[in-house]
Amino acid sequence: MNGAMSGIDALYQEAIKDYARADHGHGRLDAASAAVRLDNPLCGDRISLQVSLAAGRIVAIAHETKGCLLCRAAASLLGKRGPGLDATGVTATTAALEAILEQRSPPPTDWPELGMFAPAGGHPSRHKCVLLPFRALAQAIQQADAVSPANQGADHREH
Amino acid sequence: MSEASALRAKFPLLVANPGLHYLDSAATAQLHRSALDAVVAHETGARANVLRGSYRLAEAADRAYEAARQSAARFLNAASADEIVFTGGTTAALNLVAQSFGSLIEPGDRVVISQAEHHSNFVPWQMLRERCGVELALIPVLPDGTLDLACLAQVIDGRTRLVAVTQCSNVTGARTDVAAIAAAARKVGAKVLLDGAQAVQHGPQDVQAMGVDFYAFSGHKCFGPGGIGVLWARAELLAAMPPFHGGGGMIGAVTAEGYTWAEPPRRFEAGTPPIAQAVGLGAALDWMMDLDWVPIHAREGAMCEALIDGLRRIPEVRLLGPEPSSARAPIVSFDIAGLHPHDICQVLDAQGLALRGGHHCAQPLLAALGVEACTRASLALYNDEADVAALLAGIVRAIGVLR
Ligand SMILES: Cc1ncc(COP(=O)(O)O)c(C=O)c1O
Repeated sequence: MNGAMSGIDALYQEAIKDYARADHGHGRLDAASAAVRLDNPLCGDRISLQVSLAAGRIVAIAHETKGCLLCRAAASLLGKRGPGLDATGVTATTAALEAILEQRSPPPTDWPELGMFAPAGGHPSRHKCVLLPFRALAQAIQQADAVSPANQGADHREH
Repeated sequence: MSEASALRAKFPLLVANPGLHYLDSAATAQLHRSALDAVVAHETGARANVLRGSYRLAEAADRAYEAARQSAARFLNAASADEIVFTGGTTAALNLVAQSFGSLIEPGDRVVISQAEHHSNFVPWQMLRERCGVELALIPVLPDGTLDLACLAQVIDGRTRLVAVTQCSNVTGARTDVAAIAAAARKVGAKVLLDGAQAVQHGPQDVQAMGVDFYAFSGHKCFGPGGIGVLWARAELLAAMPPFHGGGGMIGAVTAEGYTWAEPPRRFEAGTPPIAQAVGLGAALDWMMDLDWVPIHAREGAMCEALIDGLRRIPEVRLLGPEPSSARAPIVSFDIAGLHPHDICQVLDAQGLALRGGHHCAQPLLAALGVEACTRASLALYNDEADVAALLAGIVRAIGVLR
């Protein structure tokens, strides 16, 4: 039981709680390139996320997240570190996070903060909590790409 | 040995996990040894398909399956075993009624449910509304999660054909005043369906005394196997209802031109039923019928009250559900401001406490109670004061870890 409780202290380490409390990027954007609302229907985590892009790169992120500490910490981390990423960067970061959760590899050097989610690796039911904000961001970027002026000739999904 | 530990000794999973505080019996109750033994004995001694064989083994399988039907009939005090339909569970039973009895309801007629229903007794009726335009009306809940009985006469109107409500809420434990519902329904000639999923783990039921017309429950909620459940309905209702699934076993005769229906209950049991599961359920129900429920209810009630008292002393906790504790089955849900139930349950799990957090498949009820999600402790006959004490200490510890 003591072992399990020390595992719990790692899962809910101060970094997770600090990020969740700080809630970086909380709020809404006045002019968003895309908005996505996603939830985990079985557990009730929910995120409304907006991005604004310029030349394919995120210039601003805002989100309103209801959910567990892990989900809120992940959203807050994206609120802080998301600006500057492009679609490829989001995909790569999400893949790095998945690799951490599946206990396949340590965090990449440019995203050491992802390491705070490593203890969630041992709790498969919580992976989707951590990943929800990343999924929302990936969808938002895809959506923004689909309606960006550069794509409008080739793609008729803009409505 | 205390009564609880004597009972626990008959639950193989609890014996194998002596440090476990299992407080999620509302989701699934643990399997009683008699049910497990009956499944093993059946599968190793009488496994054969039912209804189709004349060899001795097949006859033994038939006998075992029909004996389970008799047990279910006695457990519910049904007038006859022919009123017992085996299903896959409560959800399957409710969908059977919504499809079959539902097809007899005219567009514009009304089905009444309550705001407190499990999604299993919500969505099938929403689907029926989409399919054929019946009107779906809700009995609202009061702030404590109990049904607002003052609205009954208004909601259960002259066009109401069916009132389908839960016997106990799976979130607040609130017991439904079945007599009041049945009386209001009878006044307008409507039938009453009771979702017994949260009542059956607390002892045998009497569907005739309750004055209801349909009753649904799951084997896994009452110490039996999963994958089996029961729909009880009055014989004259089953006789008038069309089949829901087509297939083997539910027919009178089939020709290239068409088919005729078998008599109930077979009409509603198309295909090979979950035979061993039914036999296991029968054993669990037989065991329950042999128990003296008076002291068990007293103990369950005392534990529930102790839990509520203890939670009330933790300032961060907001309790959901009715007072006094006798107004509820031993289910206690609560909310802790700023903490998410999944985080709470994770920290509790590390302390050997198995509880569930989330919306408990009752989102309309949680919306009415003003919470997105909550943490639920549910007690059964194998729980004891040590489980309650461990939970109360565990919650204080969880608040410390998560704050
Ligand atoms: C009140 C109530 N109704 C229906 C159900 C559905 O039961 P099952 O999942 O066994 O079909 C449950 C179980 O969670 C319940 O608590």
